[in-house]
Amino acid sequence: MVTGKKMRLWSNIILIILSVFAILPIILLIIGSFTDNATALSEGFSYFPSKWSTEAYKYIIDAWAMIGKGYLNTILVTAIGTGVSLIVTAMFGYGLTVKGLPGGKVITAMLIISMLFNGGIVAQYFVYTNFVRIKDSYLALILPNYVMNAFNVILVSNYFRNNVSAEILEASRIDGASEFSVFWKILLPLSVPILATIGIMTAIGYWNDWMNGLYYLSPRNGGPYRTIQLILNEINSQVNFLASQASQLGLTVDTSKIPSTTVRMAIAFVGILPILIAFPFFQKYFVKGISVGGVKG
Amino acid sequence: MKTAKKPIRWSHYLPIYIMMLPGIAYLIINNYLPMFGIVIAFKNLDFRKGIFLSEWAGFDNFRFLFASGEAWNMVRNTLGYNILFIILGIVLGVTVAILMNEIMSKGALKAYQTLILIPNLMSFVIINYLVYSYLAPDTGLVNNSILKPLGRAGISWYTEPKYWPVILTIVNTWQSIGFTSIIYYSSIIGISTDYYEAATLDGATKWQQIKNITLPLLKPTVITLFILNVGRIFNSNFGLFYQVTRNQGMLYSTTRTIDVFVYNALMKNNDYSMSSAASVFQSVVGALTLITANTIIRKIQPEDSLF
Repeated sequence: MVTGKKMRLWSNIILIILSVFAILPIILLIIGSFTDNATALSEGFSYFPSKWSTEAYKYIIDAWAMIGKGYLNTILVTAIGTGVSLIVTAMFGYGLTVKGLPGGKVITAMLIISMLFNGGIVAQYFVYTNFVRIKDSYLALILPNYVMNAFNVILVSNYFRNNVSAEILEASRIDGASEFSVFWKILLPLSVPILATIGIMTAIGYWNDWMNGLYYLSPRNGGPYRTIQLILNEINSQVNFLASQASQLGLTVDTSKIPSTTVRMAIAFVGILPILIAFPFFQKYFVKGISVGGVKG
Repeated sequence: MKTAKKPIRWSHYLPIYIMMLPGIAYLIINNYLPMFGIVIAFKNLDFRKGIFLSEWAGFDNFRFLFASGEAWNMVRNTLGYNILFIILGIVLGVTVAILMNEIMSKGALKAYQTLILIPNLMSFVIINYLVYSYLAPDTGLVNNSILKPLGRAGISWYTEPKYWPVILTIVNTWQSIGFTSIIYYSSIIGISTDYYEAATLDGATKWQQIKNITLPLLKPTVITLFILNVGRIFNSNFGLFYQVTRNQGMLYSTTRTIDVFVYNALMKNNDYSMSSAASVFQSVVGALTLITANTIIRKIQPEDSLF
């Protein structure tokens, strides 16, 4: 018979093991970035390297022009993207809650259909490169896919309907407030919890995105717009390219142009550090986001 | 008269339309224009003539795609991995959620949830780096610190397709288990504690409570999630299959899904007919499965349906 106490003990033990497994790879990344490069090359990455080093981080400080620019781009895209996304989503969601809006049903149908059908990535690629020409610009990183989606719209408009009292809105309209100021000054401040929840999810999406860059930044002209994720991705393709050349042509290739193996680990760690630091503070909204949107999202 | 239609006060609605305009414009650009782009799959695309003036190709593009044999391989991979991931997601997700529910200390629970969710915050570019630090043929931990001490030769992981179903399943579970278990956990904490108190008074063991209370009450969430995932069974997680495998051609027989094929055909080979045919096949079959899945949910659990 499993008693409550025994069950609790085992639950703790298993969850501790799972928690350790969840972060073990990240610990290897951190230790790898502090490993001496020659040691990493001869002994491989290890949790117990025989020689430690901070060389990789010295390289990052020296190469800050490239990595700092990537960081700046990531922050820019995340901040602007999330801000725009929240405003567009909230305004659209608010419109859906207005009773008797002529054409409201058509707009709702438009939103629902967007959940079901899509033209696929190739058609989207043609639209964004031939009709709305966003290739090689910040818009290439902000516009595709993340600005508004049906799930978030439904979440905010349900929140407006159920958690914001219609009387308060009506009262301020009677006081002569315009529709815009009702939205900005009353509705949005009252909806901070849901805005924080979808805002966090959107911000993580932008911070981690590399697919928009993969499709819409060209190798030749996309350089200035690369975010930290895309710099990491670019380093990877160079490593792959050199490795395939070496194996196909049997040549010893010049690897001096790409960051050394430990430096790559350090750049990756620098890329995830802000999220790791900030996570305990936004964890609440993240968990909330999963539980309200997870089933359908 | 009550039935007389009130004239619509356009000035009243104008600000609402203005507020909805950016969203409507976005839906058109991001979602609706691409739907018309589906015609590319039925054209012999010639860039000098543009999409609309290019010649019609009928179903030729699809015929070439499915004649190549690659199509069946990538459809098999897409469906196979999805079926495996769906089953594992339910079994492991529910198990971890039940374990979380046993934790009484708020602090401990928060710590577990935070740590298990961390992989979910990583982009697949980063996950590529993480996996590579274990599997790189020269500097990887597995070859150097596990196989070598055992006296075994190192394995060239990125050229051996047979290992990848296991590797990708481990990586996918590692990355998604936190997310999935939180969904089930938030459903479990919605179950009234009265049931458990009554069961304890009746002398029910923990196991009996799980079997007779938690699992039956969790069933609606499991079914909804299951059907929705089946509805997306033709879509694959591009990051997992493209980044984690480092897009290595040698691995394609067990790692190439529809999304990976479409990317490579479009961006690497500039093969518009193949990429658009595969992409349109995916979105049409995907829409059909999603609608079917939703119809089933609406029959059995109307409140959980998408639309």
